[in-house]
Amino acid sequence: MTMKNKAERELPDRQLEFVQAHRRRHHQVTLFRFLLFAGFLILWEVSANLRWIDSFFFSSPSRVVKCFLSLCADGSLFLHTGITLLETVVSFFLVFLFSLLSATLLWYSDKLSEILEPYLVILNSLPKSALAPLFIVWLGTGTTTIVVAGVSVALFGSVISFYTGFKQVDPEKITLIYTLGGHKRDAFTKVVLPGSVPIMLSTTKVNIGLALVGVIIGEFLAARRGLGYLIIYGSQVFQLDKVITSILLLCLIAFGFYKGIQYTEHQIRIKLKM
Amino acid sequence: MPEHILELKKIGYSYHSLHGETLALKDISFGIKDGEFVAIVGPSGCGKSTLLSIIAGLLAPESGTILVNNPDGSLHYPRVGYMLQHDHLFEWRTVYRNVILGLEINHLLTEERLEYVNQLLIDYGLDQFRDKRPSELSGGMKQRAALIRTLALGPELLLLDEPFSALDYQTRLTVSADICRLIRQTKKTMIIVTHDLSEAISLADRVIILSARPATVKKELPIRLTLQDNSLLAARYAPEFQDYFSQLWEVLTEEERREEE
Repeated sequence: MTMKNKAERELPDRQLEFVQAHRRRHHQVTLFRFLLFAGFLILWEVSANLRWIDSFFFSSPSRVVKCFLSLCADGSLFLHTGITLLETVVSFFLVFLFSLLSATLLWYSDKLSEILEPYLVILNSLPKSALAPLFIVWLGTGTTTIVVAGVSVALFGSVISFYTGFKQVDPEKITLIYTLGGHKRDAFTKVVLPGSVPIMLSTTKVNIGLALVGVIIGEFLAARRGLGYLIIYGSQVFQLDKVITSILLLCLIAFGFYKGIQYTEHQIRIKLKM
Repeated sequence: MPEHILELKKIGYSYHSLHGETLALKDISFGIKDGEFVAIVGPSGCGKSTLLSIIAGLLAPESGTILVNNPDGSLHYPRVGYMLQHDHLFEWRTVYRNVILGLEINHLLTEERLEYVNQLLIDYGLDQFRDKRPSELSGGMKQRAALIRTLALGPELLLLDEPFSALDYQTRLTVSADICRLIRQTKKTMIIVTHDLSEAISLADRVIILSARPATVKKELPIRLTLQDNSLLAARYAPEFQDYFSQLWEVLTEEERREEE
């Protein structure tokens, strides 16, 4: 009896201990993340001030802030960031749309997917930046070219992932649809599409990053606006503060996109209870 | 004596690959009476599921015919309800939206049909789980939900392809008896494919034993059990059970020996 009482008393304590240890770990991780960032900034600033590094080439946090404020003041920051954001988002949605359409067609026709397989594999492995000069010649310099560059980087991998996801659906589940008197269309809408939501979400997460890569490549080569243009322009006129400020902004954008997709994914999973 | 509602005559089927032709079914002939429960057993890989797919109309036989003789004299092929090895309830749908899947596909979401589904949900004790997800149901409840999904379309002939083989042994004993009791209440005809001899004896009115590949009908064994009570497992305690088991066992082991030679 005493043993049992003891055990009952100890259990909640152990649970509490576990929760506390978990929280402690979480706080430590957050703290070290912050320290790492702060330490980096301080080291950078100090190195620049003590002339360990040449701030003309390597900039410094204070110069970045100054550059950031001046870009804010003349409004060009919002223009460049806005353009890059817009182009990335448009590319991203186009990639999603085209992937869904192409993968659906490939799923419907085994023959078509067999015919196109080697082409997809080649297009997927091809470094898309090699195509960018062609896009410029064909489409000129402007938003269209940059969006096409963004789409080209993400599209083929995305089609392959979607199609693979569609193909991985349990064939017995498709048989079930046929036993219930359904046709291929029902198999697609009732099983394949809802069953592939997780893989479509994870592909989407990769796509947003790839679309950003493509857009920046496009802006390097064929833009008068956008963060990619600002980076190239800054490096050409040796305003490296501008380059580094733009790169830091890109970090923020990439992080923001990732968080945004993660939030959407979470909401969809809650809604579908997956 | 009721007529055969379905009569298979010399059904044959082969699988084709680049390496050649594999004869799966050869001259399979038997009849099924209205309201009868037939179990098909045979060595694994002998083509039991292929035969079921042919009866279901999912595959066309390469030779032979199936004669239809509906009790009401009509000429349509009986509406078939098919239950697969797994319940395949979709996790992205609620239990209710799972059981009306067949109606949805066939655009039959009429008031009358939905009323029938609701009645089944109440009768089978699933009413309070209608808005839950399949993963929240027990193994037995999932099978009941899968049965409702099948019954919703009003099938005349039920085909069960090792429907309980995904369950653990203990659950399987009760669930298979439970599901078959529910089907008996609907007075429908049923064909069940299984590799479990005890299951076949305890559930069916007649057991058809198929030979090893190419499958032919090796033996037909009518089952008459004296049940002591109404419990789910009563059939397994019937005095005749052991004798039927030995008979089936003998035929099957003989078949397996022949296959090994």
